[in-house]
Amino acid sequence: MTHEELRTAVHQFIHKNFIFEDKTQLGDDQSLLGTGIVDSTGILELITFLEETCQIKFADSELVADNFDSVGKITAFITKKRSLPKA
Amino acid sequence: MCGIAGIVHTTDRFEPPSMELLRSMVGAIRHRGPDEYGVYRDERAGLVHARLSIIDLASGQQPLTSEDEALWIVFNGEIFNYLELRKELEAIGHRFRTHSDTEVIVHAYEAWGTRCFSRFNGQWALAIWDSVSHRLILSRDRIGVRPLFVREHQGRIWFASEVKAMFADPSVPREIDLHGLDQTFTYWSSLAPTSLFKGIEELRPGSVRVYGSDGMHEDTLFWQPDFPGGDPDSFPFTLPEATELLREKLSKATELRMLRSDVPVGSYLSGGLDSSLIAWMGRMAKQGEFRTFSLRFEDAEYDETEFQREMASTIDSSHQELVVKRGDIARVFPDVVRHAERPILRTAAAPMYLLSGLVRDAGIKAVLTGEGADEMLAGYDLFREAKIRLFWSHQPESKSRPALFDRLYPYLARGPQQAKGMALEFWKRGLDRAGQPGFSHEPRWWTTSLLKKFFSLDVQSSLRNDPAPGALDSLPSEFHRWDPLAQAQYLEVTTLLSGYLISSQGDRMLMGHSVEGRFPFLDAEVMEFCNSLPPHYKLAGLNEKFILKQVARGVIPDRIVNRQKQAYRAPDAISFVEPHAPEYVAELLSEDSLRASGLFDLKATRGLFTKCLSRAQRHGHEEGVFSNADNMGLVGILSTQLLFSQLVQKSGATAGPPIHFQTIIDRIPVPSHS
Repeated sequence: MTHEELRTAVHQFIHKNFIFEDKTQLGDDQSLLGTGIVDSTGILELITFLEETCQIKFADSELVADNFDSVGKITAFITKKRSLPKA
Repeated sequence: MCGIAGIVHTTDRFEPPSMELLRSMVGAIRHRGPDEYGVYRDERAGLVHARLSIIDLASGQQPLTSEDEALWIVFNGEIFNYLELRKELEAIGHRFRTHSDTEVIVHAYEAWGTRCFSRFNGQWALAIWDSVSHRLILSRDRIGVRPLFVREHQGRIWFASEVKAMFADPSVPREIDLHGLDQTFTYWSSLAPTSLFKGIEELRPGSVRVYGSDGMHEDTLFWQPDFPGGDPDSFPFTLPEATELLREKLSKATELRMLRSDVPVGSYLSGGLDSSLIAWMGRMAKQGEFRTFSLRFEDAEYDETEFQREMASTIDSSHQELVVKRGDIARVFPDVVRHAERPILRTAAAPMYLLSGLVRDAGIKAVLTGEGADEMLAGYDLFREAKIRLFWSHQPESKSRPALFDRLYPYLARGPQQAKGMALEFWKRGLDRAGQPGFSHEPRWWTTSLLKKFFSLDVQSSLRNDPAPGALDSLPSEFHRWDPLAQAQYLEVTTLLSGYLISSQGDRMLMGHSVEGRFPFLDAEVMEFCNSLPPHYKLAGLNEKFILKQVARGVIPDRIVNRQKQAYRAPDAISFVEPHAPEYVAELLSEDSLRASGLFDLKATRGLFTKCLSRAQRHGHEEGVFSNADNMGLVGILSTQLLFSQLVQKSGATAGPPIHFQTIIDRIPVPSHS
């Protein structure tokens, strides 16, 4: 999965599972927790999805807002963790 | 305990209210008082009463009148200090014909006018019709334990314990009030005087409304929570002294609620400190059999059986339990919403409805509960969260300060432990607004408000143009001088306690099975004393209800006094999306039903429902299957849809045998046909 594919997959997952409707546009830098798009219990769903989709495991120490609070942060963190090809 | 309703005309141009209509009105709330029915009627007014006989079984019928037959009263509730007031009134020459508290109200009003209400210690909703001066007086107790709604339209006034009694009059339009809906999806409840129904007001707790003969009205608040503004060290009592005083006041409040009844009073036992202490005090107040009642849950996550049983054996009560299964919640949920007459965001009311059924089947008409302790003595996590957030806000970069949250949430299975870093991000929000009104409640209100994304575009745009009044819009002028804990307590009492816990989850669920709740922690003297306490007697560090634990120690088993407070909850979204969920769920969340109400966005709601269904299928009964947002979203939308189908599309009344009035005072001359 490329960086771009991952980005798209995360966008789609968030839209389908947290936003539900079409009118809300989600920016890559938009804070998920800060805007309430995902709540602190819902973020577990997102983490489970990422672990399954990318077949990785996150350590407790990695579960911080700096890594998961926006689509951009998530894709950057996972890309780094897996050294995904950038293209 | 009872139900009341009525119609008053402020001009001569209407026919007197018809007996048929008055019968329908009382019939709609017959569950509140199935023992007897009464009616009063004259040219201008019709008052009806459904009675649940608890005090003065033989002569307490209503409507009841003053000696000169000018005043007529219908009354729901109890004035617990009626014997003391009666003595006072007798000393100044009043003569009584009955032994009821209702008659004391009439005389107190004659003697002291509307100032009488601040002298009542009790729980009431009442209407007094002055048939001579054509004035109508409506009043409601301090906290709003008993419900009262009012509507005025073109020379007519309707009032009722429940909205469905007004809807028995087909001329009363039934439409959802978007302000009430918006407030519910912020504060968990509409804020009186706003209600969920357009054109219908909820009388504010602690207030009296007087309608003059011209139909104009004046509202007066005779009570609202008040706290000391000055130096906490000026409190005159040491902790041991204050503990003793609280014990005395609470014992007296419990005793009044046990003894001022002509039928046996039982008690709920949740397994927590508050109801355990109240049950113990109830036990001490009266000889003879003492009945206790508890809820048990099939889901271990919510179950507190061992503590309930330990307490029941400590006080040697005749104890009954009701085991709530997941299917039960979905099964009774339509009845729950029909009784609550509001949307609810959690299902916790449903088990309370089932429990009152058990009480009623046991032949008990009144129960004590521990409701109010968490508000009066700072038991909720919200107060502790607010304290940590305030402390954190002084050093926002600190790592050790937010680590205090670890002490708050060891028990939450679905809690933020796994993603603690994320939870902190949540708590950190709005930290810069420390010291401003509403700081304590902002996380809850904000989280709840996010559910408004499910509102339809029409609803959203209407609310943008015409926003609902907020809880911070009408704060008392002294609010800013209070300690942060007192501010938080005020907001908790005036939003969640009045509008949700004591009503949707309290009175309505109890009265749905004709059972009266009695709440010693909401006794006027107990509340006043609790509010006078310095904050650190209530919340000592992060130790909640500190002083109450001192009261309980030695009489309640230590295990119960010392246990972590467990929030009362019931299975939420899962109840409605498991394989055997009742058909109404899918029907009310269908595109057709959503279109009919017009309240929710089709795509978003369908998306949420589909997500919940598929997560239930995939994860079954695992804990933490649903996020808080999904739980509240699904339950909130479903309950709103139920409200629409039962109280907008229909009138909310259920069929029953015809009403026969046992008490009839009809001042309309029989028409002569000669």
